[in-house]
Amino acid sequence: MFYREAGDFKTSYQDDNQTFPIKFDRYRYYFMLFVAFAIIPFMINDYWVNAVFLPFLIYAIAAIGLNILTGYCGQVSLGTGGFMAVGAYAVYKLMTMFPEVSVLIHIVLAGVITAGVGVLFGLPSLRIKGFYLAVATLAAQFFLVWLFNRVPWFYNYSASGQISAPERTFLGEPITGPATEAWAAYLVCLVFVTLSAIVARNLTRGSLGRKWMAIRDMDIAAEIIGVNPLGAKLSAFAISSFFVGLSGALFFAVYLGAVEVGEVFGINKSFLVLFMIIIGGLGSIFGSFAGAAFLVLLPVFLKNVLVGGLGWPTDLAAHLEFMIVGGLIIVFLIAEPHGLAQLWRVTKEKLRLWPFPH
Amino acid sequence: MPEQLVFAMEVFLNGLMAGVLYALVALGFVLIYKASGIFNYAQGVMALFSAMTLVGIMEGQVPFSHLINAMLGTHVHHFGWHLPAVLGILLTMVVMVGLAWLVQVVIFRHLVNQEPIILFMATIGLAYFMEGFGDLMWGAEIKKLDVGLPQGINLWIDETTFNIFDYGFFIDNLDIVATIIAALLVGVLVAFSQYTKQGRAMRAVADDHQAALSVGVSLSFIWVMVWSVAGFVALVAGIMWGTKSGVQFSLSLIALKALPVLMLGGFTSIPGAIVGGLIIGVGEKLFEFAIGPIIGGATENWFAYVLALVFLVFRPQGLFGDKIIERV
Repeated sequence: MFYREAGDFKTSYQDDNQTFPIKFDRYRYYFMLFVAFAIIPFMINDYWVNAVFLPFLIYAIAAIGLNILTGYCGQVSLGTGGFMAVGAYAVYKLMTMFPEVSVLIHIVLAGVITAGVGVLFGLPSLRIKGFYLAVATLAAQFFLVWLFNRVPWFYNYSASGQISAPERTFLGEPITGPATEAWAAYLVCLVFVTLSAIVARNLTRGSLGRKWMAIRDMDIAAEIIGVNPLGAKLSAFAISSFFVGLSGALFFAVYLGAVEVGEVFGINKSFLVLFMIIIGGLGSIFGSFAGAAFLVLLPVFLKNVLVGGLGWPTDLAAHLEFMIVGGLIIVFLIAEPHGLAQLWRVTKEKLRLWPFPH
Repeated sequence: MPEQLVFAMEVFLNGLMAGVLYALVALGFVLIYKASGIFNYAQGVMALFSAMTLVGIMEGQVPFSHLINAMLGTHVHHFGWHLPAVLGILLTMVVMVGLAWLVQVVIFRHLVNQEPIILFMATIGLAYFMEGFGDLMWGAEIKKLDVGLPQGINLWIDETTFNIFDYGFFIDNLDIVATIIAALLVGVLVAFSQYTKQGRAMRAVADDHQAALSVGVSLSFIWVMVWSVAGFVALVAGIMWGTKSGVQFSLSLIALKALPVLMLGGFTSIPGAIVGGLIIGVGEKLFEFAIGPIIGGATENWFAYVLALVFLVFRPQGLFGDKIIERV
């Protein structure tokens, strides 16, 4: 009824090419941005920010990054945790080496550095494919974590081997370090998420995105029709790693504040982000958000119900969480390989026809 | 003989022993991959799960006791019996066969004809599920596994080498036993696949699913059988590693160590798994011995992967793998 193209006249190419061609979607998008920027910051407290919003936003960036590589370009990566660690350590080194430069610039630069590292580890993708490549990215995961653990230069020779974010301000308000207000941290992450999503969305529907998808669908065929596999694969690795590095930098500087690399950026993080995009939907920006929200909320929900509601011990809830996540991965792969995003697409299709489906 | 060289020889021997254990895990991967094209990430968790089940059965633990206690407020934990190791291993094998059947019926029957990478991700999901399930069933604490295998330094080797080099080599009895068992296992598997009816059927399925189906081989039976055999290999690996370092979560990480072994040896080759295991085992021990102290130690975490990665760039199908041919 209200979800229609009809009556929404496009009079320029720009109108015709916009991200949300349906008026209702467009207003819904503006409305959500409004709620996220202007209403939520006034309503949240420390618990909500630290348990739900910050992890959701930061994982959403990581999931967008991995989705570009795996969902759009078809190169499965198990090195996400390692690349997040690169982002975190890059921003730490930059913050301590150039304290006078704004930390927001550092965070972006950390993404750029991670992109470089990503290209380096992406080079073998030109020779090896499929799960040979997936296993090869494990090399990145283990090597990078080891590097940050063992080379003292990276953690500024601190006695504990940890890195902790010094306090940096933006417009007089601290956004890293222990004095950060919940809403300030939330807003910083929100800005980065919004920009990342817009950039990623427009990249993936442009010529670069079409090249990636051609490579994903069949790389030899893509090469024959004139897609340069070198450029397409390496650009996917670079841009994906940029977002992953960005999320790693935010994870360390804004969210956790102090990081021990083996614990925070271990192999489990790589799997977590991979699960997010499988559950959310491979090859979909919305899916990255949906998957991140799902896997951030699930443990919180289980903990509240099982531990808080039924009074079970925490380790039982943790084991159940493993089972549920693993089971869900299998269920999604069998029943809906395109994830939550596909459910959303089906819903939208139904809505367009509602209430006269014939 | 210079002292460093003697040390290096000891490290080399220990590396060979470690390599045998890697090869044991890698073997399970190769079996499943050859027969069904599934790259089974859950192999390591299967080893963990089988070891946990073995300990649980031998000690007479009540399955799901934590869950039952939490839900009903009771305090059950043990049945109060102790089973001999042989019986425990047999019962565990029954559990692993049941598991193989369940995995086949519940998961992979629905994923026939999917892309390999989808199957791979499904096995990652399976690994997570089994990890949680195993902990829920038997509890997550570190358990001691003792099925009567000899442990500790081998005195004969120690004395002999001391007489020759003036320095006694430290070789664990358990490693020697593991090597012998691994060699036996490989022999049995090769004999099984060469000389029995089921073994021939298995090789036929590995060659070509459709052709095998058309001459009357039951695919679902072969797949259940292969998963059972892989479960058996996992059980052997689980016993070895569990005896060595206790049954605990880190056991499932040996699967990750087996991956570079496979990449080096090729996913489709049983000899490749063994040679790859030995190369990785020796390589990482020698690298740690020679270069490790200079660059900060603990290089064993990544050396295998980087070695495999560098190797793959030059030979993408691994040492013994089938040549990868692609067509549009």
